[in-house]
Amino acid sequence: MTLGAVRPYVAIVSARFRMLLQYRAAAIAGLWTQIVFGLVILGIFEAFFRSTTRAHPMTFAQIVSYVWLGQALLGMLPWNADAEVRAMVRSGAVAYELCRPVDLYGLWYARALAWRTAPTVLRAVPMCAIASIGLPLIGLDEWRLVAPPSVASAVAFASTLACTLLLGCALTTLINITLLWTISGEGIVILTTTLVTFLSGMIVPVPLFPDWAKPIVQALPFAGLVDFPFRVYTGHIPPQATVWVVQHQLLWTAALVILGRWLLSRGLRRIVVQGG
Amino acid sequence: MKKKSPTLVNSCCTATRLIVMPQIIVSDLVKTFRVSERTSGLLGAVRGLVQRKHRIVRALDGISFAVDAGELVGYIGPNGAGKSTTVKTLAGILVPDSGRCEILGRVPWRDRVAHVSRIGVVFGQRTQLWWDLPVIESFELLRDIYRVPLSKYSAARDELIALLDLESILDVPVRQLSLGQRMRCDVAAALLHAPPILFLDEPTIGLDATGKLAIRDFVRRLNRERGITVILTTHDMDDIEALCTRVMVIGEGRILSDGTLAELRRRVTRERWLTVDLVQPDDSIEDPDAAVIRRDAHRVCLAFDPERVSPAELIRRVTSAHAIRDLFVENPPIETIVARLYRQAHPASSASGDRPS
Repeated sequence: MTLGAVRPYVAIVSARFRMLLQYRAAAIAGLWTQIVFGLVILGIFEAFFRSTTRAHPMTFAQIVSYVWLGQALLGMLPWNADAEVRAMVRSGAVAYELCRPVDLYGLWYARALAWRTAPTVLRAVPMCAIASIGLPLIGLDEWRLVAPPSVASAVAFASTLACTLLLGCALTTLINITLLWTISGEGIVILTTTLVTFLSGMIVPVPLFPDWAKPIVQALPFAGLVDFPFRVYTGHIPPQATVWVVQHQLLWTAALVILGRWLLSRGLRRIVVQGG
Repeated sequence: MKKKSPTLVNSCCTATRLIVMPQIIVSDLVKTFRVSERTSGLLGAVRGLVQRKHRIVRALDGISFAVDAGELVGYIGPNGAGKSTTVKTLAGILVPDSGRCEILGRVPWRDRVAHVSRIGVVFGQRTQLWWDLPVIESFELLRDIYRVPLSKYSAARDELIALLDLESILDVPVRQLSLGQRMRCDVAAALLHAPPILFLDEPTIGLDATGKLAIRDFVRRLNRERGITVILTTHDMDDIEALCTRVMVIGEGRILSDGTLAELRRRVTRERWLTVDLVQPDDSIEDPDAAVIRRDAHRVCLAFDPERVSPAELIRRVTSAHAIRDLFVENPPIETIVARLYRQAHPASSASGDRPS
């Protein structure tokens, strides 16, 4: 019974996952871009660390791991709208989505799950290999990605990362739902790209934010996408504090799912299917 | 203007419902859209930033009809008349402003998930198949989405593959199919879950002659042999003449006519056409009881009212005065009938609307 209930969603996730795994050229191109990005960012951080003598909120080694994880897992960050959903809304093919005997929110969430994982898997594995094994070979030993400090940290990271995926997909689905109003989605995408990359700590880790800003940023959902899980990985957030992180992530996930479902039901009432 | 359902009874709702309730009941359906308007040019664009103008368009303006199980209903009207809006409302995609609609005892938009698992829908201008997947994988995905049990799925799939001649294209990604192949696959995809009702929204649009015939033959068999109820919208009157026992004509959101093709003709005009092929080009053919509606070099077409002058009498008059190679009497084409119906219903406006459909 329960198996039958999730069958459509599992089918959607696995079909799209397999489809997205085909884009190997895009993965290689992305891999190269992200390595260069990672090196540039680390260059800036090294200059920053050498230029002051004050005590830093994070060690350089922690920053290094944080940056490489960010580059490897960029595909999980919900910073844009799904091109497929956008095309469907524009062309009116969204009509067919509504002809399926499934919950539309669940269907779109399933799409997001596949979309946020398949390209990430393709990219993250070689990325981590290069950052942890490749860099020392060319003499960049200090810039390499190191393993978590303890098994407890590794386990804690795995669980927060799973929650990051759920949270990221809730946000992705929410962005997709706004397409029902804006059709093209350009404006919303530019806005969320800025908000998400900055407030999640993707550009600068949240511990380096000014003191007055930290509590605000850490209360918002975005920190759960990058800053919290990566700091759990490096041990900056101790494993025993993970429960609090997971709670934060899951509460925000629930809130975003409720908001998304409400918006979707309103959006569907006013839907105008484009073209004939 | 309901019709008796054909003898073939839909397999899904036999026996238990001896008092035949219509399968689809629609009454007084109204759907309006807001269309934003902008004056053209740069000034208009700037003004649009501050002050938006909206116009309310009544896409459906009180539509009522009922369809019995096993009927094959053609639904025709000009672009923007409300055809697609009707189909999308019946399919549970659009929520109407007011009015009632019940299909198999359910309100489509209120009970969407349960409703759509009992209907099949094909939109001719789009595809429901996954662009990058081979056809057969799209079918399997739909099997999971519709939760079709494996044995039922296999039977339905094999039958559809045979009937629509899909065997050779099953492993081709959908993006590489020709339009005709794709449409056959789309029709199959809409039927994998064996729905008792099928909505076809312009299923023959853009197809070549062979493609149209394949779809028509299949829809006819589906309806006659399985008793599946079909509502078909189209601009191709050959589809209507080949398939439909009943035709509904919609214009500007209202049903203008509902009945058999013969009834539609009778209602609009009694007129018939006499076409004459002349031996020599001749401009002088005329008759007090008939109007010349077309005159080419060797061919003249006369419209007449058979109650005013019998065909035999008209033919006698024409053949006695002119050398004739061939002649035939026919009904005006259904296009002409429909165009006249619109003119009668909306004398002021043009036939092609500017409304969302």
